[in-house]
Amino acid sequence: MPAEKPSPSNPATPSTLFEKIWNAHVIEQGSADDALLHVDQNFLHEGAFLAFAALRREGRTVRRPKQHFAVADHYVPTLGREAGIAGVTDPEVRGLIDLLEQNAAWGGIDHAGIDDPRQGIVHVIGPELGLTHPGMVITCGDSHTSTHGAFGAFAFGVGASQVKQVLATQCLWQRRPKLLRITIDGTLAPGLSGKDVILAVIAQIGAAGATGHVIEYAGSTIRSMSMENRLTVCNMSIEAGARAGMICADDTTFTYLHGRPFAPKQQHWDAAVSYWRTLKTDDGASFDREVRVDASALVPMVTWGTNPGQGLPITGRVPDPASLSGDARRAVESALAYMGLKPGQAMDGLPVDRVFIGSCTNSRLDDIRAAAAVVHGRKAKIPAFVSPGSTQIKREAEAEGLDRVFLDAGIEWRASGCSMCVGTNGDLLKSGERSASTSNRNFEGRQGRGARTHLVSPAMAAAAAVTGTLTDVRRLLAAG
Amino acid sequence: MQAFTTFTAVAAPLDITNVNTDMLIPARFLRKPRDERYGSYLFHDLRHDEDGRLRDSFVLNEAIYQDAKILVAGANFGCGSSRESAVYVLLDSGFRCVIAPSFGDIFFGNALQNGVLPVVLPEAECSELRAWLDANPGATITADLQAQTVSAGDGKVRRFALDPLRRERMLKGLDEIGLTLTRLPAIESFEQGYAAARPWLDR
Repeated sequence: MPAEKPSPSNPATPSTLFEKIWNAHVIEQGSADDALLHVDQNFLHEGAFLAFAALRREGRTVRRPKQHFAVADHYVPTLGREAGIAGVTDPEVRGLIDLLEQNAAWGGIDHAGIDDPRQGIVHVIGPELGLTHPGMVITCGDSHTSTHGAFGAFAFGVGASQVKQVLATQCLWQRRPKLLRITIDGTLAPGLSGKDVILAVIAQIGAAGATGHVIEYAGSTIRSMSMENRLTVCNMSIEAGARAGMICADDTTFTYLHGRPFAPKQQHWDAAVSYWRTLKTDDGASFDREVRVDASALVPMVTWGTNPGQGLPITGRVPDPASLSGDARRAVESALAYMGLKPGQAMDGLPVDRVFIGSCTNSRLDDIRAAAAVVHGRKAKIPAFVSPGSTQIKREAEAEGLDRVFLDAGIEWRASGCSMCVGTNGDLLKSGERSASTSNRNFEGRQGRGARTHLVSPAMAAAAAVTGTLTDVRRLLAAG
Repeated sequence: MQAFTTFTAVAAPLDITNVNTDMLIPARFLRKPRDERYGSYLFHDLRHDEDGRLRDSFVLNEAIYQDAKILVAGANFGCGSSRESAVYVLLDSGFRCVIAPSFGDIFFGNALQNGVLPVVLPEAECSELRAWLDANPGATITADLQAQTVSAGDGKVRRFALDPLRRERMLKGLDEIGLTLTRLPAIESFEQGYAAARPWLDR
């Protein structure tokens, strides 16, 4: 087949970022809503053991190993990492970390193990290593794969069967989703970040508000955000039920990507960028739904309940089920009972037991800087720890002296992994304990059986650590 | 994958919206190899209290629902993580069909990969079915994928939709990898053109 340029869209028919990526990856149209798509990049973590086991049982092989990357994140401990794998005491956990390495070696797949300098949370290191490019179709056996959409990619989580399919064939049958554009305009007040924006979006549309859709985030607030904050926004798309979230690539994207290990090499850079520039939603392109958010009106957000849609401004009060009926009433009653909250209770000032700063949502350098700015010169009143999103981010933060800011405040500075977001490595709360957490899910039992999670931004988590309560971080920032 | 044509079983009303994957299987079990124990992890922390005792209040603990193999649940069933084990726990407990107003996208796909049929019915029909089950505990429901209907003893036949390609694969229990690999020449030709136009990908 002759080389052809990736086709820029026909200007006569305006199309969306999503449509351009989808069309460029269709190998075969199955039915009206279903196509066989080429997958550019797949990421693997310890949980891929189920997919590898099935693949090997069926006698299949990895078809295109260079389009996969494996990293240990879900089960690695955040303490005692100096000892590498020898420091992992739980034999079951150690087995899973070893198994990923063995499976990657078997498949000829590049692998960052527990003591590799490239190690980190899969959705942090993909961008960090330059593996995530605009225009790609990206998969991973993890729902927060939506994170990578911040680069203008179509990135979505899949289960073990589809991980196996991507390993075996490098393509996937996909149902074409509907498109939802969320336009966010206005300047965020000081102390607010991408986390507040996405928590406000999910509170507005609900935990199932984007089911069956891919979200494109647009507007001046998104355009002026750092890559780190865009990653946070796209990360939580799944918490609104969306298959994926995406943001058109721009100079912020290209500047972030340039020079990274797996970014296009210098001789191809200009060609790559000029193609990526065609991947933007054309004026007049149509969406199945549109939502608008005024970012200038936002205040710091916190969740009060047991799904990420149950969020409020920190200045707010939890809902009163008496004002509701039916399913909605039962859902609020059950969430309040689990969370140990009373109807109408104020969020500001609620005592918290522990603080977690980390996860694929909020563990990048920007996030750590925002938390450190609040902690600086203060002391933690409750146990708290920071788990940077990657080993590289840990080093970069240490080079800026940020580790000292936390340590001087009595906050632990740990190694990188998924940690207390999902707790599979053993970093868990005790039953009844209440956390302020920068992670992405406040489901019942998510951070441990009976644990109560309040999702917040890194700055808000830091404010909780130094006050011992959920606190409006803007007060601390005003106090200097 | 086990084919799905028609399935009749006792149906349990699960009156919870946003049933998430952590409810279906708590994360601490995700490290377990795929074996016969998976069925025991289903709704583990809803079924058991922190001392391991069965909670009387949970519907699947009621004697009448010990043979239940169909769930009629609230909206956004299976939201949350991509863990396919959220389907394994259902399958290994004998559940081949979940009826709900909506499903988490990834769960929906995972269910189809494992021969578990996710049936989308309107909110009002799901509520009506649950109310009928509450009034007739232990009653059976039939899910017919050929006819794309759900029928219950209330005499009503409710129709549901499913993408024709997915329905076909489910009816025949087709293996998607086998299906995909029959397209290998088209895949290879696509990949050559794709790579030639993107020399920066260097693969």
